[in-house]
Parts: sequence; structure tokens; C-alpha cells
Amino acid sequence: MNRRLSLFNVTSLVLGFAFLYLPILLLVIYSFNASRLVTVWGGFSTQWYGALFRNQALMEAAWVTLRIAFLSATIATVLGTLAALALTRYGRFPGRTLFTGMVYAPMVMPEVITGLSLLLFFVAIDLDRGFWTITLAHTTLTMCFVTVVVQARLMTFDRSLEEAAMDLGAPPLRTFFTVTLPLIAPSIVAGFLLAFTLSMDDLVIASFNAGPGATTLPIKIYSQVRLGLSPEVNAASAILIGIVTLGVIAATLLSKRSLLRNRSDAH
Amino acid sequence: MAERSLTRRLIAGLVPLVPYLWLCVLFLVPFLIVLKISLSDPAVAQPPYRPVFDWSDISGFFGGLDFENFGLLVEDDLYFRATLSSVRIAAVSTLLLLLVGFPIAYGMARAPERSRSLLVALIILPFWTSFLIRIYAWIAILKPEGLLNQALIGLGLISTPLDILNTETAVYIGIVYAYLPFMVLPLYATLEKMDDTLLEAALDLGSTPWRSFWTITVPLAMPGIVAGSLLCFIPAVGEFVIPDLLGGSETLMIGRQLWSEFFSNRDWPLASAVAILLLIILVVPIVIYRDVEARRVEARP
Repeated sequence: MNRRLSLFNVTSLVLGFAFLYLPILLLVIYSFNASRLVTVWGGFSTQWYGALFRNQALMEAAWVTLRIAFLSATIATVLGTLAALALTRYGRFPGRTLFTGMVYAPMVMPEVITGLSLLLFFVAIDLDRGFWTITLAHTTLTMCFVTVVVQARLMTFDRSLEEAAMDLGAPPLRTFFTVTLPLIAPSIVAGFLLAFTLSMDDLVIASFNAGPGATTLPIKIYSQVRLGLSPEVNAASAILIGIVTLGVIAATLLSKRSLLRNRSDAH
Repeated sequence: MAERSLTRRLIAGLVPLVPYLWLCVLFLVPFLIVLKISLSDPAVAQPPYRPVFDWSDISGFFGGLDFENFGLLVEDDLYFRATLSSVRIAAVSTLLLLLVGFPIAYGMARAPERSRSLLVALIILPFWTSFLIRIYAWIAILKPEGLLNQALIGLGLISTPLDILNTETAVYIGIVYAYLPFMVLPLYATLEKMDDTLLEAALDLGSTPWRSFWTITVPLAMPGIVAGSLLCFIPAVGEFVIPDLLGGSETLMIGRQLWSEFFSNRDWPLASAVAILLLIILVVPIVIYRDVEARRVEARP
């Protein structure tokens, strides 16, 4: 049967997507507002973007956030890929149940608990809070998401390609780098981008683990929001939305390409 | 050759070992520290508080436990009320999410096949734009002189602005908004696979659309309904940002209580005890969730 959209289906889709996108759209529109009042339109202006770039504290926080996101996403990608390989290729190894549990637990644990426990750990080992503690915390949280993304790709992976390479005399490590890695590369990149955006976005875990030396953009935005709405925060948000949108589009295109390749593998 | 296979085995062994060790050090140990601190004496525990560890003395670790912090949690009914209110807010939000999410997921599943992946991408997209910023956007919409009130007054529907911001209603709006993708995606996944001929057969046999919905669509969508509900309920119980920014001072939630116990009252042992309490509330839904997931994976063809 040809599925056809009824009026009810169309209405619920339109309303649903309007609900999802209208607030974000309004935020971006009002970031170009000339008025100081966040909810009163006073004409088009880019002044808040100028003010944002002149705001030393916010720019510094943005720079710290980007560095942390890049570094933690890189480490998380390596660790997450290794964990995905371990879960799909190693069968039953000692402690596998604990390992699986630890891989999935950070995704369901409330962030306040993860943040608090990591902070107490850093205090216990006498590590000063700041750039590195946030990076370590974000790596731990985001590697789980990388694992899930890469694992999904490894599970649909055609093992005969690897076997063919090994039969032709390639050693395992070489097989991994010339056959396996290129084939799972799109999911690794998608995992990296996912880890990057999660780290850029995180407020709760970063707040627990931030010290005087390092404040991230979400922490800065959060403290300003508590004082009241500000047009500068609108501009900062609009830029963040832009960055994340680009990242997501890139990740979607990559995973789509890998999906297509997957399909042609199957044929 | 022997040397080569040794390095090979070494590398092969490192693959699971490195992430394993990382998680043990940065996930398991911190968690045990929380447990330990929640069981230590509140009076000594002035920040910056360091747990007193004597690694050689395991029996001392378990012997010197102090349940005083948990006693405080029981004595002060604030925590009881916060727990109850978190569970209630999370449950009501989950119900609202089902009501809002089901029609959207259903519409997506009925859409032409070529546009479906685009719709899925559109559902996921806002889910990756900053959580904090999406909640922030709602402040400008919901506040008394905000856009919603301006629009309603402009349309002549109300004459005085509604007080929505800083009420529980705002928290519900925030949670439904932020968690919608978590609900829509599992629902869509089950509805998309549904066999339409069953509905046709029911209609041919004279069933009303409403009755076929309840006797065919809903039971078949049950795995998605359960998965989506748990996926929303679990994080909603521990929510901090939404009640803090939209809920005002009267909305009581346990995640927020933990935050203020930690940052405002600086009582780290009590904050740890609240963390353990929060985890205990969540263990049951998480176990159910894992069970449902495992069954779903097994059922997959």
C-alpha cells in the first residue's frame, strides 16, 4: 500500500517542527536586534557581534572551550575506537561485563553525579582544577558516544575484506591501517564531531571541574544568563548554533556516504 | 618471528586494556570516592575536602563508615520532597512527551520514503545545538514581557501577561522541548517497521480508526513507547539546567538540590549522599531500560 500523509499527519509534522525550530530561529533573529532589550525589536544591527568580539572574557572562554573540545574529542576518538574494537572483535575477555557497563553508564548517569564524582577524584589525587581536569572529564564522557557510533559501523562490517588482505600476506597491523581503518573512517570522523559538539555544549560537568584558570563558554553564558538576558549572549549563541549546525551537516553527510558505501558493499 | 608475534600480541592486548584502564581510573574510582565521602563524617568535611584514604587498610575502609549523611537526608524532609517532586515532574513530562512525540513520529513514519531520512536529520539537528542555549531561548519567549505574551496579547487572546516563567509549567515546556528527539526517534523506529496491512485488515473488518489505533498501532509500538519513555524519564529525574533556568526558586528537583548542596552550602559529604540517593532512584529505570534494549536487540532480524 502506498503510504499517504493525511491532513492530521501533515499538521502534526508542521507543528512539531515549528515547535523545535521556532525558538532557535527567534534567538538567531534577535541576535541581530539593534535594541538593548532582548525581546523588543529595534531594527537590524550587527552591533552585538562587535561587542561580543570585543568582550575579552567571553572570547577567552570561547578559545578555552575550543581547545578543550578539540583535545578531548581527539583522545576520546582514539579511546572510543579502541573500546569499539574490543567490544566487537575480542569476544569474551575477562571483565567484559564491567567494561560494557562502564562504557554505557556515563550516558545514562545524570551529569551532576558524573561531574561531582570526577571533581572529588581530582581533589583526592591533588590535581588542580582547570583546563586539564575539564579535558579529562570530557574525554571520559564523550568516549562512550564515540564507542557507540564506531561499534555500529564495525557490526555491519564485511570481515571477508580483512580476511582477504590477511590471506594475501598482510600482517594484522597493516591490514588494520590499510583495510579496516579506511572503511570505518566515516564513523570515526562522525564520532569525533559528536564528541567535539558534546564537549562544546557541556555546562554541568565543566562547572564541577573548572578552576580559576579555565572557564568555558557555557559556564560564562550560564553565569550571564542568571544575571538576566543579554544581547551579547544572543550573538554568542547564534555563532555556537552556526558551528554546531555545520558540524552536524558534515557528520550527516559522512555517515550517509558510509551508509551508501555500506549498501554497495552488500551488493 | 617469535619476537614479532610477541609485539603483535602486545598490541592486540593493548586494544581493550587502554580504554578499560581509562574508565577504571576516571569512572569507577571517582564513583567509589563519592560512595566513600557520602559515608564520612560531615563535621570534619570542610572544603576543600579530601577523603582520608588508607589504601592498605581495606577493613578500615569499610569499618569506619558513617551513615550520618544519609540520616540527615532522612531527617530533613526537603530531600524527600525534592525526590518526590523530581519523579513527579519527570513522569508528567514523559507523559507530555508521549502526547507530543507520538503524532510527530507517526507523521514521519507515514511520510514518503525519500523524505524520511531528511525528517530524521531535522529531528536530530536541534538535539545537537547547545542544550543550554535552547533553554535560554525559552526565557525570552516565556517571560512576562516575552514573545509569547506579546503574541497572545497582540492576537487579543489575553489582556494581561501570563506568568509562565519561573513556574512548573515552564519546566514542563523546557523538558518537552529539550527531550523531544529522545522520544520521537525510538517511536519512529518502531512505527516505521509497522505492517500497514494489519490496519487495512482491521478497517476491512469494520473497526473504527480509533479502535484500530488502540488495538493495533499502540501494542505494536509498545517497544518504542517504553524505550522512548525511559530515555526521557531517566535524564529528566536528574535534570539541573531546566529547573534552574526556567523553574524559579519554587521548583524542587533533586539534581538541583545536589548542585546547591555542593556549590552554595559547600557540604560535600551531603552532596555525595544526595548523588547516591539520586543514583538509587535511577537504578530501577536503568535496569528496566537495559532489559528492554537487550530484548529489542535480540528481536531485531
